[in-house]
Amino acid sequence: MELLMVGVFLISSIVGYLIIRKVPSLLHTPLMSGMNALSGVTVLGALVATATSSKPIVQIFSGLAVVLAFTNVVGGFSVTHRMLKMFVHKRGEEDK
Amino acid sequence: MSNFAYYIVCAALTLIVLTGIYLMSKVKTALFGNLLGAGALMLAVAITIIRNPGNLSIVLICLLAASIFGLIWSSKVKMIEMPETVALLNGIGGLASAIIGGIEFLTCTGEAFSLATAMLAVVIGTITFTGSLIAAGKLSKKIDSAPRSFKGHLTVSIILVSLMILSIVFPTIGKFSYTALFIGIVASAIFGTLFAFAVGGADMPITISLLNSLSGVAGSIAGMAVYNILLVAIGGIVGASGLLLTQIMCRSMNRSLADILLGKTTVSNSESSVPEHVTKIENSEKFDKNNSTEVLMTIRDAKNIIIVPGYGMALSQAQFLIKELYDVLTSSKVTVRFAIHPVAGRMPGHMNVLLCEADIDYEDLYELDDINEDFEKCDLAIVIGANDVINPAARDATDTPIYGMPILNVDLAKNIIICNYDLKPGYAGVENPIYSRPSGVSILLGDAKESITKLIDILKNPES
Repeated sequence: MELLMVGVFLISSIVGYLIIRKVPSLLHTPLMSGMNALSGVTVLGALVATATSSKPIVQIFSGLAVVLAFTNVVGGFSVTHRMLKMFVHKRGEEDK
Repeated sequence: MSNFAYYIVCAALTLIVLTGIYLMSKVKTALFGNLLGAGALMLAVAITIIRNPGNLSIVLICLLAASIFGLIWSSKVKMIEMPETVALLNGIGGLASAIIGGIEFLTCTGEAFSLATAMLAVVIGTITFTGSLIAAGKLSKKIDSAPRSFKGHLTVSIILVSLMILSIVFPTIGKFSYTALFIGIVASAIFGTLFAFAVGGADMPITISLLNSLSGVAGSIAGMAVYNILLVAIGGIVGASGLLLTQIMCRSMNRSLADILLGKTTVSNSESSVPEHVTKIENSEKFDKNNSTEVLMTIRDAKNIIIVPGYGMALSQAQFLIKELYDVLTSSKVTVRFAIHPVAGRMPGHMNVLLCEADIDYEDLYELDDINEDFEKCDLAIVIGANDVINPAARDATDTPIYGMPILNVDLAKNIIICNYDLKPGYAGVENPIYSRPSGVSILLGDAKESITKLIDILKNPES
């Protein structure tokens, strides 16, 4: 299990690295804020933690982690969406 | 759901996320790519809740509250504030990972792997959190953005890193768990703070990329601690992307990552040579009065113009005026293109976002490699708030810190108009030979907004 975890980490890092290399610097800011939103995936860990123990202290902290991480997810994706819309928006005008 | 099915679903979701990122490499598909990523993450959340049924009502309330807060926040952000927004979001993601690590550390059954990864998540998450807060403060100018470091910075950093390592190692051999947790948190919090304080405003693109990478790594390691394979995978992707951007930024700024991490900055060399610059400024002002109008007037006849926006344009918020200039020029059939250096702006790619915000077509924005050969052929290059990235000294002055840095070949243009705040050397502290070029250069000093207004006036009033 431990080896699998480390293996998944390495493989996904390498594949991610290769794919991201193709992104032009034109889109680096949206890419970064998109990646930033993805880093809120840690919400999954927080969700697992809420279920591990019913101790109030664990509930409070894991609940806090859920809120923080999910704010990161929602805020990150919608900010990225707004930015990308500005890029695409120009296309629409051009077509007119 | 059986374990096998779960792994298949995880692999599928990871693939969807990767596809989403892949789609983000083109403007046309990027919007869909982003939605795909968001969708995959929502599915992952749903699956995780089903597999780990805890207190459902609390979880849902938390998710709902976070969604509302996140949506309101993101709808109010201005584009110029994007760097600090990303930094802040990053920071809270890091804090979440640290908390998960902390919970796992205190509740796990005591296997070395869980303890070590949980503690590592705490440490990296905390560094991300404090580092991002300081970075966000600097970017939003709530904290002075000058690099702050002190003499023993290196020593202190080494001590802090050793403390962090000890706090990870000791619990795994069953000793001082609580003390270790406490020391780990404190040491990493201080480390993150010092590190972000030591970085100057111009190096911020590197810091943000690095923090972004760290937040991914923190998440991934937290995932190892709680044995959540999806978290490990996606965290790893984020970590790799941040690292890649960090590398790109370092290369484009000619800075080594180690120097930045250890608080080495280039502030000192500009002070020593101040007198020399003063005379240079006087010279070029004289020269400014004599010759520059000719060059300024070339803007009326130029058919092929390249505009080079830099950090100064972002600071002065001149992008909307640039759009006006662009409109005036393009309406009289002039080809206007923008040459964008990879580090222009305050975070990777920030300049493109600012120009797009001002309604400039992204197809007129060119990357360094795609436009550099065209400077020779263009009639006029207009530089707005950029210095180091156009400094030809980077090509042959081997003893300067910018030697070898990729630059835009503005100096090859026949005519150059430079709208910079002053004639001081850029952040790297290297004199720019373009300023003292005998002909074909006009320098408009002062706020970029005023300089561009002046250019627009020249275009609109042919008599003056």
